[in-house]
Amino acid sequence: MVWLNTVIQGTMLGGLYAMFAIGLSLIFGVMKLVNIAHGDLIVLSAYLALVITQTMGVDPFVSLLIVVPIIATVGYLLQRGLFNRTLGDDLLPPILVSFGLSIIIQNGVLVAFSGDDRRLQAGPLEVASLRIGDTVAIGLLPLLQFVIAVAVIVVLHLLIRRTKTGRGLRAVSDDQAMAQVMGFNNRHMYGVAMALSLGITAVAGVLIAIRGNFDPSAGPARLIYGFEAVIIGGVGNIWGTLLGGIVLGVVQAIGGAIDPRFQILAGHLVFLLVLALRPSGLFGVKA
Amino acid sequence: MGIGTKSAFSKSLSRRKVLTQAAGVGAGLLMAPSLIRSASAAGDPIRIGFVTPQTGAMATFSTGLDFVLESFRQAIGEGIKVGDAVRPVEILVRDSQSSSSRSAEVAAELITNDNVVLMLASSSSDTVGPVADQCELNGVPCISTDVPWEPYFFGRGGNPETGFDYTYHFFWGVDQIIQTFTSLWSKIETNKVVGALWSNDTDGVAISNPEHGFPPRFKAAGYELFDAGLFTPGAADYTAQIAKLKEAKCEILTGVFNPGDFATFWSQAGQQGYHPKIATIAKALLFPASIEAVGERGYGLSTEVWWSPNHPFKSGLSGQSARDFCAAYTDKTKRQWVQPLGFKYALLEVAVDVLKRTKDINDPKSIVEAITATDYQSIVGSVRWQGGPVKNVSLTPLVGGQWSKGNGFPYDLDIVDNAAYPGIATKRPFAPIAW
Repeated sequence: MVWLNTVIQGTMLGGLYAMFAIGLSLIFGVMKLVNIAHGDLIVLSAYLALVITQTMGVDPFVSLLIVVPIIATVGYLLQRGLFNRTLGDDLLPPILVSFGLSIIIQNGVLVAFSGDDRRLQAGPLEVASLRIGDTVAIGLLPLLQFVIAVAVIVVLHLLIRRTKTGRGLRAVSDDQAMAQVMGFNNRHMYGVAMALSLGITAVAGVLIAIRGNFDPSAGPARLIYGFEAVIIGGVGNIWGTLLGGIVLGVVQAIGGAIDPRFQILAGHLVFLLVLALRPSGLFGVKA
Repeated sequence: MGIGTKSAFSKSLSRRKVLTQAAGVGAGLLMAPSLIRSASAAGDPIRIGFVTPQTGAMATFSTGLDFVLESFRQAIGEGIKVGDAVRPVEILVRDSQSSSSRSAEVAAELITNDNVVLMLASSSSDTVGPVADQCELNGVPCISTDVPWEPYFFGRGGNPETGFDYTYHFFWGVDQIIQTFTSLWSKIETNKVVGALWSNDTDGVAISNPEHGFPPRFKAAGYELFDAGLFTPGAADYTAQIAKLKEAKCEILTGVFNPGDFATFWSQAGQQGYHPKIATIAKALLFPASIEAVGERGYGLSTEVWWSPNHPFKSGLSGQSARDFCAAYTDKTKRQWVQPLGFKYALLEVAVDVLKRTKDINDPKSIVEAITATDYQSIVGSVRWQGGPVKNVSLTPLVGGQWSKGNGFPYDLDIVDNAAYPGIATKRPFAPIAW
């Protein structure tokens, strides 16, 4: 039963990792852009939510209604104004620009909010849990986060498969030149992809800020779990990314149960193992 | 190729410039010492280097640094009297970025480019250690604080017999923190089972050491230790450890956490139904911001207290008491006092006291002589290197504190145990966490 609890906790943590990862997976799939500033944008969203909850006195979950559109707009503008100018045959310039963006965001946030640890308060929900027997306790907050993660992925799936915008994204991803011939504006579609990516990032940022503390330098540590979940699940596969996140979360939880020192290491080892044995990911399409 | 030549050229140019300048200064020193002295009297500043983490993981420990520097500049006015002349003091503050390599780099720059006569360093092993090492190597006197003395001394390979020649430190140590923690716990009836978690970093590894760290000392004090092991800083899931702590029925929780990690741990402990009677955590619960992050479940958490407005000490430089100093800080910044404020100010005070007593300010040996003879009452208490545990360390007091609902600010740190330093008044008795 102790092990069952461990696996359940790991699964819920994995949902959160998947949230970090989906945004990365999406923009890499559509425009081969690796966004190093992804983790810092998560932290930026958390600070934005902090300002909104403090000034307006609303619940962090309500703040999502404001944070998500703002960050998504920022994403669209970033893509149109900055990243589109760097995209080309060479993968390196956009990576370097996102690296610079990461440093600017970290230090900007440090100047604005100081280095103090912050956290979003969700009241009694933070410690509420469902008890099943003596050993299994499912925290309501992690459960809610897991449900939100799955919901976001379902919505994203429907959006990509069923809507005109989704068709555009798929078209641009498959063949840029042909998509343009068919009347899609690539620059706009890239902007939309970044807006979606950062909108999801904003949700992840608010959720992580309720789960644990954050400070201006917390971004890069989040980024690595996102990358690992993407690679484990398979690049460009949304459901694979969710499963990749869950695999990462469960492996970390089991590693931690054996010895706390193995917690993070176990996750990295599985990531390396997948990279060595199935470079296209567990659920990816073989190249 | 072209670029290589250019940089080599500019390097040789700057090296030549340095050499000529150095030669000039050398000649001046040899030929006309009296002339130099009169030049100093005209206001040649004394340069002091100050390395502290202003950004990065330990940035919180530099909270209020601007206020401290401003208060210090006000207190010394035009400068300090060295010999017959009043000389202005220039504090060159450098950010260590919480990184050991950056710390060593800025220290080396301060020594070779800025020619500081005295170095100061504070807050965390990663900053203080490398700065002190650079100073020891280059023969520049260094005074530091805000790192427990064992990591400072033994972490740098210090030998208690010989010690270091140029680097001196004031703060508390592991024995004091154990005394404080066990004295707190003795006040509440428990099953005496202590559960411990340690962050897997320099501090956590040193403190969890089964021979030199906390574990043997807890056992010696009559507590049964359940070691839940080292966890990776930044871990998002602690449920495995919490299950073990519950199973071992640990009524006392202790360990070393970074503030962010503890908040995550504590809410998961709530979810999983782990309710210890006492939670005394080192390093994680020092700042009001850390407790604000935990919210109302922060009431009753306990920690070490190195300094507070209630410490009965006065600055020997400005005459200001700890209470007045904190009040001035809150007045100016609208923020609550934090423990490093006092130690940062004390570091500057001690530096001034040392320089005032130094016979020849251009001779590092003369400054070291003044350091070893220090007997100074600072805002954090007495600083005196004669009679420390090793020759380079002066101990400062440590007492136990517990967070409660605040008066003016959301959370207050009350002193609840003063077994080691009865001169520091307690506010109320230590109480178990109200679940």
